[in-house]
Order: sequence, then structure tokens, then C-alpha cells
Amino acid sequence: MPGYFDPGFDTLALHAGAAPDAATGARAVPIYLSTSFVFESSDHAAALFNLERAGHVYSRISNPTNAVLEQRVSALEGGIGAISVASGQAALHLAVATLMGSGAHIVASTALYGGSQNLLHYTLRRFGIETSFVKPGDIDGWRAAVRPNTKLFFGETVGNPALEVLDIPTVSTIAHEAGVPLLVDSTLTTPWLIQPFEHGADLVYHSATKFLSGHGTVIGGIVVDGGSFDWDKSGKFPELTTPYDGFHNMVFSEESSVGAFLLRARREGLRDFGACLSPHSAWLILQGIETLSLRMARHMSNTHKVVEFLSSQPLVARVGHPMLAGHPSHALAQKLLPRGAGSVFSFDLQGSREQGKQFVEGLKLFSHLANVGDCRSLVIHPASTTHFRMSDEALAAGGITQGTIRLSIGLEEPDDLIDDLKRALKIAGKAA
Amino acid sequence: MNFSVNGHDTYCYTGGKTFDATKPTVIFIHGVLNDHSVWILQTRYLAHHGYNVLAVDLPGHCRSAGAPPASVEEAADFVIALMAVAGLAKAALVGHSFGSLVALEAAARAGAQVSHLVLVGTAFPMKVSPVLLERSLSQPLGAIDMVNTFSHSTLAPPPSALGPGSWLYGGARALMRRVLASNPAVNLFHAGFRACDDYRNASVAMAQVQAPTLFILGRHDQMTPAKAAQSLINQAAQAQVVQLDGGHQLMTETPDAVLFAIRDFLRR
Repeated sequence: MPGYFDPGFDTLALHAGAAPDAATGARAVPIYLSTSFVFESSDHAAALFNLERAGHVYSRISNPTNAVLEQRVSALEGGIGAISVASGQAALHLAVATLMGSGAHIVASTALYGGSQNLLHYTLRRFGIETSFVKPGDIDGWRAAVRPNTKLFFGETVGNPALEVLDIPTVSTIAHEAGVPLLVDSTLTTPWLIQPFEHGADLVYHSATKFLSGHGTVIGGIVVDGGSFDWDKSGKFPELTTPYDGFHNMVFSEESSVGAFLLRARREGLRDFGACLSPHSAWLILQGIETLSLRMARHMSNTHKVVEFLSSQPLVARVGHPMLAGHPSHALAQKLLPRGAGSVFSFDLQGSREQGKQFVEGLKLFSHLANVGDCRSLVIHPASTTHFRMSDEALAAGGITQGTIRLSIGLEEPDDLIDDLKRALKIAGKAA
Repeated sequence: MNFSVNGHDTYCYTGGKTFDATKPTVIFIHGVLNDHSVWILQTRYLAHHGYNVLAVDLPGHCRSAGAPPASVEEAADFVIALMAVAGLAKAALVGHSFGSLVALEAAARAGAQVSHLVLVGTAFPMKVSPVLLERSLSQPLGAIDMVNTFSHSTLAPPPSALGPGSWLYGGARALMRRVLASNPAVNLFHAGFRACDDYRNASVAMAQVQAPTLFILGRHDQMTPAKAAQSLINQAAQAQVVQLDGGHQLMTETPDAVLFAIRDFLRR
């Protein structure tokens, strides 16, 4: 595409990383369902293995379809590159495992997806990595939690499920003062609502299962490097700044002044842990990303109408969306998320647990299932599903009660969604 | 590895191999707000195929100490001093953009000590617009975005410096920001552009060069359009020209083609 070219978000969502296929002329991104790729010669093979040349060897490490997805999400986030993996959880694990080992420490937000909280609180602890949890808005708490062995700060752009907005500029500043990067889970916001790198985050990951793919058809994840964190200057990451026996004694920060994290994550993490993404899944996610802007705009306008409706209902005790002035993160959301704070939010029903159950079962358009970010509207009861492993104290710290209902607003006619909610509220009311 | 050049620590990337002065040596010189890492996909290969490579961080840039060169001539003297410190009786010089002018001037001054000269993304004169010069000083981050946009030609690059999944616009922007931040005392952006803009000696230098010269030019280069190298090509005694389907950042946009052009030329 010769000539001056400064493409905007919507253009990048369609074109970044892909051009018409040189071999066939195919306009859509081809699905390269091939485990491996033929070497031109023995010299070519050796050069690829030794990172003397760039290219594809084996689809656990890289794949042409996946590479398009990685370039596209990098472009939308303003990053330097990305690695696609089998799920959002695999993305989180890859980031952590690349940066640290036994004896390391993480400071994380309390407002996390239940699976992430479980990984940090239980699973990684078993491997010698400890995590201190801090309420996302407790700025002094983030600073106080830092230890000499702290290697990472971690939070969600909007905390699951109470939508507490992470003050990325402030928290990233504290992280950088401590010589560590800030990793952000931006699954619920997507780069259409916020680009965390612009606010100081260093690494971003998505469960691409959600809004990026957008149709509830695929499990996938992706971690993006902003290229801003100076691993050498920090001095806390010998994994990236000293020779690595496991890969030709390579010093990743010498090979790439800005991309050391990605080099090691792909050459070690994908190679050894193997949580790669199927090219078919990558293609499905790409299909979703092509309409990300259109879908997110509709998600947000529908959410606006549903939140306004629920806020006016006497059976609803609380609606937890930052668009409402009474939400603790309202002001921060207006500053960091001017297009909206996402279409996944929770509300509390007044009344008994049985009424909550009747409400969920009374819905017809909303599907009762464990996912968010589908084009269809979804509902779930976090305390008994996504967050069921958490203690009452941990639930409360995450802003969840036994009566909390979580909605993921889809792309249906907003009046139909409101009618569905009206019907379910009526059923719940009669169950009192 | 580090050399002490003019009393200052000077970093050179050696492509993952130990420096061996008995091998033929290729010195790589980066452009404005770049560092050694822009050459990864050329240097690492050559280092594993019989060459010594020294991809330098110019003084005052990233891993190298000292004052950044204020002119092309000053940078050329630094390169010649580096060759002396490294014990190199002869070396090939490869430069990109500003680095190509440095390589040219050094080759002219070093005479028979330079075996091959490779000029990537070069032009003469290498004028910088007054607006960009001013913005490099007053709004460097905005100017970086402007230069970055003009330096790339494709939204669909091949696997590159970070392997598959590299986003070159983002990588180049992050590197320029990193290099700018690496020297709080001097605005390397403005100093580098000023040095390009001020350089007048290219025609004289080209006539003095004794080594064969390879020009690697991008057909879609908007920073140093291919036609802007024609006067130098005309003056070179032993010119070879390769045009590639890329923009100004040829080393990352067309990494294999740049590598093969250099490799084949070095075999001459």
C-alpha cells in the first residue's frame, strides 16, 4: 500500500496483518491448517531455529493465520506484537511464566475473573509464586503491597463483575516506581473502549473468546506487548536480560531493545507449555474483530438503555454500572472510558435467593450460561458459578453478594431485551 | 560486547557469536532514533555464516556512553576509531538512513580499510523539512508518529524482528521512544535530523570511496525516495543497486531481501 498511509482503528480492524493472498488471490485471510512448514534448505531450517531469519516452523510456535490475528490485535492496541494462545487463562499464565519463577511475587487487584483469582491465589502459589491482593481503588494499598521480590502488577480494566475501573495511569506509575510492569486484562473493554498502553500499561491480554470474537463460537486468548517497559533498566528480570541456556544463550533484551518479553514468551512459553491456538480458532476471532467497532457501539447503546431501565425498577436494589453517577468508578470511567465501561455488569435483586433463581429462569432471550461478550445477551449468578470457589470474604472484596446477577448485553433489539427483563422481574416479584 | 572508544563504553551487538578479529567483519550503523536492534535479521544470520558483525549503538544512544555525534563527519570519525579499537585492518560498512551517510563518509576517510560499502535507504541531500526539524524538538512524540507513518509501506509485513506476530508500526514507534528516552541530556531526534540536514560532503565522499558500493532502496520509501539516491549512484565508481518492495524501514519490512542483498554483495 504505497504512499502516505495513517490508517484509523476501523481500517486496521479489517486490514492490519493481512493482504490478498499472494499465491491464490484469496481476499479473506486463509486458514493455514498445517502443523508445519517446509524448509527451503538445511541452511534455511537452521536459520529459522536460531532466529537468524523469521518465519514459520511448527504451528505450536507460530502459524500464518495466527500471525495475522497477532498483528491485528497489536495494531488495535498500539502494541509492538502479540502472541495468540489457547484461552485468556493461557495468556495470563504465559505472561506470568515468562516474567518470573519460584520465589516471585505479584500484586493483583481483588476484582478479577474467578479463574484468574484462582490461578493467582491457589495454583501459582503451589509453584512458589505468591500474590498479594489489593482493592483496585486502594492506591496506597498497591504501593504498600510491593516487596523486594515483586515482579508484576496485575488488574482488569474494569473489574469483574462490579466494574470497578482500574486507575491505570496511577497504578502503572506505582508499578514503574517499583521497577515492574503493569499487566492488564482488557477482555471486557476491548481496544475500542480503551487502549491501556496509552494510559501506562505495559502488557495487555484478552480472552478473545469474548468481545474480540464476539459470537460465542471459539475459545482463545492473546497477550500484547506495548514495548514500553525497559527490562534492562529495571534490573529485576534476568529472565530477559541475561543469557538463557534454554535458547542458544540468547539475551533477549539485546536481540530486541523493546521486544524481549515477546521473544522469550514465544520461544520458551509456547514451545514448552504448548498452549497454542488453533488456526481455525484464530480465523474465527479475526472474523469477529472485523466488525468489532460496529458491535461494540451497539453493545454500548443497548447497555445504556438496559441500565436505565433496571435503575428504575423497584425490585432492583443496585445497578453496578459506571455510567451511573452513584457508581464508585463513575468519574474514573468518564476519564478513561469515554465510550463506555463495557456491556457486562451486575445488579442486585431485592428479596430472597429464590427470587433471584426465579428471575434467571424467567428470562427467555437472555441465555443462562457461563460466558460474556457474546452477540446474544447472557445472564449468570456469579456466587454459584464463575466465583463459586471464592470465600464470602473474597466475594465481598470483589463486590459480589449472594443476590448479584450478572448480565452481558448483546446485540438484540433493545426493546426486546427490556421486555424480557420486565417479564422476569414480574416472575421474581410474584415469588416473594 | 563493549569496546572503549574515545574513552567511552561502546556497545556492539555481535549476533550471538563471540567476536573474532580474524574473520571478515561487517559494521552496521543505525539511523536516527534507532539502535543495533534494527539489524537483528541481517546481523544474526551473517554472524552464524562466517562473519564478524558489530552492530553498534552510536555514542549517547541506548547502551553506548559518550556524547552523541553532532554531525555525520563526527560519527564517521567514531566509526573509524571503533575499527582501530577493535583491531580491524579492514571491514565492510553497512548503514541505514543517517547511518548510510555515516558509512559513506567513513568509507571515504578510511580508504582501503573499507572492503564493501552498503547504503540502505539513503539519499543526498538528506534534507529534513523545517517543520519536522522543529517538531522533533518541540513535540518529539508527535514527530515520532509522523516519521513512523512515513517510514512504513505495508499493513501486512512478513514475519520480522520479533518473529511472526510482529507489528512493525508499533515496534518502530516503541524503539524510537526508547532511544529518545535513553539520553535525557540531548534530544537525539533533533540532533540526528540536524546532522542529516547539515551534511554537505556526500558527493565528494562518494568520489573518494574505493570500495564497491551497494545501494538498497525501497520502491515505496517516503523518507528517502529511491530517486533521491540517484546522484550518489551516478558518482559511485562501483555501484550496484537493489530496489525492494518496501518503505524506509527495509530491514524489518523486507528482512530476507535485505539480508540476501548484503550477503551476496559481501561475497564479491
